[in-house]
Amino acid sequence: MSASNLQIDSRGRLRHFLSIEGLTRALLTDVLDTAESFAGVAEQSIKKVPLLRGRTIVNLFFEASTRTRTTFELAAKRLSADVLNININASSTVKGETLLDMLRNLEAMHCDMFVVRHSDSGAAHFMARHVAPHISVINAGDGRHSHPTQALLDMFTIRREKGADFGRLRVAIVGDIQHSRVARSQIHALNLLNTGQVHVVAPRTLVPAQAEQLGVKVFHNLTDGIRDADVVIMLRLQRERMQGALLPSEHEYFQLFGLTEERLAHAKPDAIVMHPGPINRGVEMDSQVADGPRSVILQQVTHGIAVRMAVMSMAMRQKAAPETEPETP
Amino acid sequence: MSGRNPESGGHIRIHGGRLVDPANRVDDVLDLYIADGRVAAVGKPPADFRAEREIDATGHIVCPGLVDLCARLREPGHEHKATIASETRAAAAGGITTLCSPPDTEPVIDTPAVVQLLRERSERYGYARVVAVGALTQGLAGEHLSEMAALKKAGCVGVGNACTPLTNTLIQRRALEYAASFNLTVFLHPQDHWLANNGCAHEGAIATRLGLPGVPEAAETAAVARDLALIEQTGVRAHFCRLSTARAVRMVARAQYDGLAVSADTATPYLHLTEMDVADFNSLCHVSPPLRTQRDRDGLRAGIAQGTLAALCSDHQPHEPDAKLAPFPSTEPGISGLDTLLPLALRLARDGDMTVPDVIARLTCGPAGILGLPYGTLSPGASADVCVFDPQASWRLTLADLHSRGHNTPFAGWDLTGRVTHTLLAGRVVYTRSSDR
Repeated sequence: MSASNLQIDSRGRLRHFLSIEGLTRALLTDVLDTAESFAGVAEQSIKKVPLLRGRTIVNLFFEASTRTRTTFELAAKRLSADVLNININASSTVKGETLLDMLRNLEAMHCDMFVVRHSDSGAAHFMARHVAPHISVINAGDGRHSHPTQALLDMFTIRREKGADFGRLRVAIVGDIQHSRVARSQIHALNLLNTGQVHVVAPRTLVPAQAEQLGVKVFHNLTDGIRDADVVIMLRLQRERMQGALLPSEHEYFQLFGLTEERLAHAKPDAIVMHPGPINRGVEMDSQVADGPRSVILQQVTHGIAVRMAVMSMAMRQKAAPETEPETP
Repeated sequence: MSGRNPESGGHIRIHGGRLVDPANRVDDVLDLYIADGRVAAVGKPPADFRAEREIDATGHIVCPGLVDLCARLREPGHEHKATIASETRAAAAGGITTLCSPPDTEPVIDTPAVVQLLRERSERYGYARVVAVGALTQGLAGEHLSEMAALKKAGCVGVGNACTPLTNTLIQRRALEYAASFNLTVFLHPQDHWLANNGCAHEGAIATRLGLPGVPEAAETAAVARDLALIEQTGVRAHFCRLSTARAVRMVARAQYDGLAVSADTATPYLHLTEMDVADFNSLCHVSPPLRTQRDRDGLRAGIAQGTLAALCSDHQPHEPDAKLAPFPSTEPGISGLDTLLPLALRLARDGDMTVPDVIARLTCGPAGILGLPYGTLSPGASADVCVFDPQASWRLTLADLHSRGHNTPFAGWDLTGRVTHTLLAGRVVYTRSSDR
C-alpha cells in the first residue's frame, strides 16, 4: 500500500518509521538485531555512542505521554543527538496555525527528525508526506492506528524470552483492541514474524469490526483465549471506556478479563506476561501478576530504549549516504 | 436574465446530433429548434423559423441541461472555498443548468432573504439556475421549526436539515407534518447521529486496519427505517439524499413498492469508489456518508439502473486546499463534483450497468421530478436548457481541467469519456468548449 511505502526508500531502507504494515520481515528482523547491539550501551560506564552527533531530534507530542516520550528522549541522547521536546495540548493549539504551518516552522530550524504522537489516525503518515525530504518522521503513536516502536519492543522482548522462532508461539492479546494502536501494531508485527497463533480476548464492544481480517482469532472468554499461550499481553483499559456504554464497570471487567494467578494457570507454565504500561492494577491485572516472576513488564521498558535507538539510527543512516537513485514519490 | 455572456438568445438550431430526451422517450437523430428561450420544436422546424445561430452537433448527444440535486456553492458564508459566480460557471461547463443548494450556508437558508440572495446573485451571473432547499428547523439546530410556508413562498423547492439529522423523533414527526401541510417535499439525510458517533470511515476491515473511527451501515439503515415509519405516519412526500448502502436502497425499493411517496438519490463518487480508496489515508476520499464496500457500490449502481434511485447528483462540496491538508479524521468531508458529474455518470453506460438514455434520465427528468420543476426535458414549450456533449471524447482529468474553484477531487488522473461542448440556459449559450480558455 502506498502509505506504507512512504517509509521505505527505493533501496529498501528505512526512511520514516510509520507503521509495521509495509515492512518486510527482513527489515523488521534487522531493526531487532540492531536493537540487540544497542542493548549493551546502557551497561557501559559512558552510556553514549556518537552515531547521531550534531543531529537535532524533535519530540513532537500532541498527546500526553511520559514513558514513550522519555524513552525516545533517552534513546536520542544515547545516540548523542540534540533533543527538543515540544508538548502541544491539541485543544490549546494556537488557533489558525495548521499542523503544516508548524512543520514548516520546525523545518526552518533545521531539525533532522520528528518523533510524533498525535490523536488522529494517519497523522504520522500525513507529516511524512509533507515534510522536507531531509527529515525523517518516527511515529510514536497516531490515534488508534499504529504505535510501531511499542510493537517492536514487544517483539524484541518476546524474542529474548522465547527465541526467534515465533512459529511455535501462541500469543494472546487481552483488552481494548478497538481503541488500541498498540494492539494493531502488535498484531501486524506478530503476523509478519509468522507467529503460530494470535488470539485477541475482549467483550464485543472492545473488538473492532471484522477483526479476524487482521489475522487473529477472537475470544470473548479469558481462559479460552489464553489457554496454552506462551505470551499473554494485557492492554491498558482507559477509564473513559466506562462512559459511552462500552463496559458496565471496572469491577465486572476485572471479574471477566482481569489477569489473576489462577487464570494465568491456563496459559503455559512458562508463559510470560506483558503490558505496554501504565498498568491499572486491579482492573486489567492483579498486582501479584504484574510484579510476579512471569512479568516482563519492566524489561519491556528497558528494551524500549534500545529499540528506539535502533529505529532512529537506521532512519538517519539512510540520510548519511547520498541518494543516487530517484526516490519513489 | 441579464447575463454577462454576450451570446444572447434568439433563434437557434442545433442540428445533426443524437437527441436524447428521456422524459419524452426520444432517442433519435433530430434537430432542436429554440426560440425566445424555449424549445420551439423537435425534428421539424416550426413555421417561419429562421435560425440566427446554428450549432452543429453531428456525432454529439443533445440532451436536456442537467439538474443537480445537491451542489454547495459556499455562498453565502464560505466564500474562501467558492462563490456562486465560480460554481455556477463550473456548472455551465459541466452541462448543468439547474443546481439545488442545500440549506447549510451561513447564514442558513431559513429565511426568505437568503433564498432571494441566492436567486439574485445567480441570475446576475447568468450561468446556471440556482434553487434552494430551505431549512427544516431554524439554524438547522433541530429544535424549532423554520417558517416553511414563507420559505416555500420565497421559492424553496423543499425543506431539509442538510447533514445535521434531527435526533429528537418528536420534533422530526412535527417537522414532517408541518411540511406536509404545505405540500413541501422533505429532503432527508439518513444518518443516525448516535450510531455515526463522529466516525469518518465505513466501519469495516479498512477502518479497523487504519484505526479510523467507523460509521456502521446501521447508522444509515436505522435512520431510513425510522424515517420511513414517520413518512408513513405523516403522509409527507420525502426524498432520501445520498444513500451509501445497498441495504438502504432495498429498504427504499420496498417502501416504493408499498406505495409510499419516497424517492432517493446517490452521488457519483459512491458509484466509483469504495472504502478501499481511503486505505492510504487519502483525505480526498473523506466523504459523509463514508465510502462503503464494493457490495454497497454495486447495490447503489443497481438502484440507479433500476430507478429506485431516480436521481444521480454531484454532491458538490468545493474546498480550499487547507481543508484537506491535515490528518484524515481532521479533514473536511466532501468532493468537488460539478466537473465530473456527467463523465462519471456516463461510465455506468460504458460499464454496461445501464443505457445512455437511462443515465441521462437520472441527471435530468429524474431530479427535476423530485424538485417538482418543469426542467430536465426538451418538450416543446419547455425552457431551452440544453447540454450538448461529445460522448466519444476521452481525456485524462487533471486539476487544470477543473472549472470549480474546489480542486478536491480524487478523480484526477482518471480517464474520463464524454465532454460537454455547449450548454444553453433558457436559450442562451452559457458555455462553449471551443471558447473555453
